[in-house]
Amino acid sequence: MKLNLKIYRYKPGSEPHYDTFAVEVPEEANVLDAIERAWDDHDRTIMFRHACHHASCGSCGLRVNDVEKLPCVTPVSDYGDGATLKIDPMRNFPVITDLAVDATPIYQRMQLIGMPIIRQAETIRSDGQMILPDGIERFGRFENCLECGLCLSACPVMTTDPHFLGPMTLAAAERVLQEPRGADTERIYQLIDDEHGLWRCHSSFECTEACPYEVDPGAAIMRLKRKVFVHKVKKLFGMA
Amino acid sequence: MSAEVKPKPADRSPGQWFDVRGRRVGLWAYVVMRLSAAGLVLYLFLHLGILSQLAQGPAAWDGFVAIAKSPVILVLDVVLIVGMLAHGLNGLRLTLIGLGIGIPRHKTMLWVFLALTVLLSALSALAIFAETK
Repeated sequence: MKLNLKIYRYKPGSEPHYDTFAVEVPEEANVLDAIERAWDDHDRTIMFRHACHHASCGSCGLRVNDVEKLPCVTPVSDYGDGATLKIDPMRNFPVITDLAVDATPIYQRMQLIGMPIIRQAETIRSDGQMILPDGIERFGRFENCLECGLCLSACPVMTTDPHFLGPMTLAAAERVLQEPRGADTERIYQLIDDEHGLWRCHSSFECTEACPYEVDPGAAIMRLKRKVFVHKVKKLFGMA
Repeated sequence: MSAEVKPKPADRSPGQWFDVRGRRVGLWAYVVMRLSAAGLVLYLFLHLGILSQLAQGPAAWDGFVAIAKSPVILVLDVVLIVGMLAHGLNGLRLTLIGLGIGIPRHKTMLWVFLALTVLLSALSALAIFAETK
């Protein structure tokens, strides 16, 4: 397949601009393969993050035609032969160079919550089936979160409030409150019930749309709003 | 020797709120919510400005009615109703999902409330313009 990659370029001290590269990749290639082809064949100064190539490290997040994507699992066939793909870095992050953003805000936020959840090994029966805890499906699989930051990039609130905890962090908070495992839940409630916390979310659900692993942070935030509301009412009447 | 590399700060202008490129229906609702809110506030001041004419006494009444029945104001009345319905019904949707009601169906709710906005606005427009004939 032939593609034109219109790649965002920025080097400290210079003006941002786009460079377009014509590349040819197999039909089964993903967008990351195409970017690597541009790097390999045309310009070795193109900077971009990547590691695992199979959506488990979460380091390659960027925007393809303005939509947040993990390019390692985004097939070029989605765009068709001869297409022009505009490749931009994630929104709402400082750009170090080209497509590489400063991902520090992702990790700082997750540290505040005290994630990750460390799952205990699930018992495997003799027939190979796992014995899962009752009602596990209700937890929405937050453990699938890659911490790729695509939800922070897609969130319109992050645009104007750089201190907003953001979808990923709030979804993590909801997960911790569902199953605290000894966590200081009052600290979590204080952290999220803040001007830069839960109530900043305007429910556009762009985070849910951007999430490559169906973590559905938007729904988690809505459940969290209800939980915090109930918690505050209980506290008001001395019941919490 | 090493030089410090300063990252280019993220673009945080409020204009980004209205950048709908590559966004989905949720951001369109977000944009409509902001525009309708600003429009309703502006309309309130316009409304108070026109109403203040009545403070000049009974003689100002005829002028007030003439303005109120002018085509421009009637069209603005319809725009007001569209804005009120869009803002109010979407606000109701956001309140419901914020209380944990209907979260998995938030998009369906949006389309239903949008259809209601269109239907009720059309009926209101018919009623407003039929009355002036």
